[in-house]
Amino acid sequence: MSIDTDTARKVAHLARIAVKEDDLPALAGELSAVLAFMEQLNEVDVEGVEPMTSVTPMRLKRRADVVTDGNMVDKILSNAPDAREGFFAVPKVVE
Amino acid sequence: MSELNKLTIAAARDALRKGEVTSVELTEACLAAIDGAGALNAFVHKTPEIARERAKAADERLKADEEAPAMCGIPVGIKDLFCTKGVPSQAASNILKGFRPEYESTVSQQLADAGAVMLGKLNMDEFAMGSSNETSCYGNAVNPWRRGNDVAQLTPGGSSGGSAAAVAAALCLAATGTDTGGSIRQPAAFTGITGIKPTYGRCSRWGIVAFASSLDQAGPMTKDVRDAAIMLGAMCGHDPKDSTSADLPVPDFEAALTGDIRGKKIGIPREYRMDGMPEEIEKLWADGTAMMKDAGAEIVDISLPHTKYALPAYYVVAPAEASSNLARYDGVRYGHRAKLSQGDGITEMYEKTRAEGFGHEVQRRVMIGTYVLSAGFYDAYYNRARKVRALIKRDFENVFAEGIDAILTPATPSAAFGLGEMADSDPIAMYLNDVFTVTVNLAGLPGVAVPTGLDRQGLPLGLQLIGRPWEEGDLLNHAYVLERAAGFVSKPAKWW
Repeated sequence: MSIDTDTARKVAHLARIAVKEDDLPALAGELSAVLAFMEQLNEVDVEGVEPMTSVTPMRLKRRADVVTDGNMVDKILSNAPDAREGFFAVPKVVE
Repeated sequence: MSELNKLTIAAARDALRKGEVTSVELTEACLAAIDGAGALNAFVHKTPEIARERAKAADERLKADEEAPAMCGIPVGIKDLFCTKGVPSQAASNILKGFRPEYESTVSQQLADAGAVMLGKLNMDEFAMGSSNETSCYGNAVNPWRRGNDVAQLTPGGSSGGSAAAVAAALCLAATGTDTGGSIRQPAAFTGITGIKPTYGRCSRWGIVAFASSLDQAGPMTKDVRDAAIMLGAMCGHDPKDSTSADLPVPDFEAALTGDIRGKKIGIPREYRMDGMPEEIEKLWADGTAMMKDAGAEIVDISLPHTKYALPAYYVVAPAEASSNLARYDGVRYGHRAKLSQGDGITEMYEKTRAEGFGHEVQRRVMIGTYVLSAGFYDAYYNRARKVRALIKRDFENVFAEGIDAILTPATPSAAFGLGEMADSDPIAMYLNDVFTVTVNLAGLPGVAVPTGLDRQGLPLGLQLIGRPWEEGDLLNHAYVLERAAGFVSKPAKWW
């Protein structure tokens, strides 16, 4: 399956990565090359094979449903590009 | 004692206990070596204050406690992928520029608790995506090895390229690495050192910047197999903060190094004999096989029929997981945020931030991952890749069920290549570096790379041993036998 410019634009948007219009054809070419490489997987007979969900057979551990930490607003915000009054600040989301 | 930075962990441990050396002296020797090795660009954030403080504390602990852990007082480097409290941890990405975690990764905390001394953070490929350390926001790390008298700069491999260069150049006694498709073993092979990726779940992933969560594992990169056994013991163990971390006791890996593999069955997988494999790699592999046989092991031809599909399966599964993991870099909570124009909303903020912050290879993989997970393609790509992954794992289970104890393969398809030499190749050519290592991640198995020879140009080459799940001790014992038989003692001549 090869990826055209429109699909590349759509994928870039889904990935939330801005790509200049001029760069889309090259991107489409690169993505197509990688996907062509993956096409080999179609040669494999996977009839009746369950997709792997966990590489080691293990049951995920459960922990007690208790509060183990919290009250560290300063620490959580310490790396924020823009923090105000105890919150992360972002551009207006709702008009 | 001269050139303390060149000691192994085991030698330093013994010298510390005899009072022949102090951790402060070891640490100063490493700090001086690091300062003199700017040309290698291995250490990208130095932490001399932390190192000196921890070295002093280690010396006091060694005086007070005869039972101090083996890693106590040992100066090590930490890959930039590990979050280290208060110290820049940016996975070699501009999107995490300025990020100083408020917490410490479990593995680096365990090393610190054992008394190890952190010298600084090590260069790597951005988000561990790469096989040559050329995708790093810090610039290339450089291999201390050269092709004879040729001054061309070579890659130390990747993604743990800085760790490999630092250990090979004796800037530290050992370093941490991480391995998602070969990122410990390939750079170890390119630089003539030892590197082990343990069984998936051995080391906690908590606090390690995530690339592909079902494949990522941390491991040690060291000067020899004994050091790998010592350091691995300090790094692994159950961690309630990582739900995939195994609640199993950690054996004494060093005690497993008996040097006796008589009667063990070593599998030689025929699918790893690739068309066009360089003669030198063929010979290295044949020599290694002969060494195992001479040590009393039985050599068995085995088949791992789905080997060919490991790379394409990996390049579906890993980018899919990466696209999900890297969704967190949105310019809100940490790291870089793009400057916005008038009228830009939150979507523009995400898109501009991620376009500026992620390098080219990371962008490509995130988009591939996005595509294979998107509606209409999920079954065709992602689910199919997960099924093939199950078959690859089954291949290994079958040979282990037939009594194979370890599998011997080349570690890489070539010796270290020149920085920039792959610039014009398509991405697939770079991905082929991991052709012998990636199966191991897909199957969750332990794998170790051991240097066993030099190529015609004087560059190190390594072999890989693959073991049964949770049997790193036995695996390291096989590696120890191979190491002793190969007698690899070459070191790069200092030019930096």
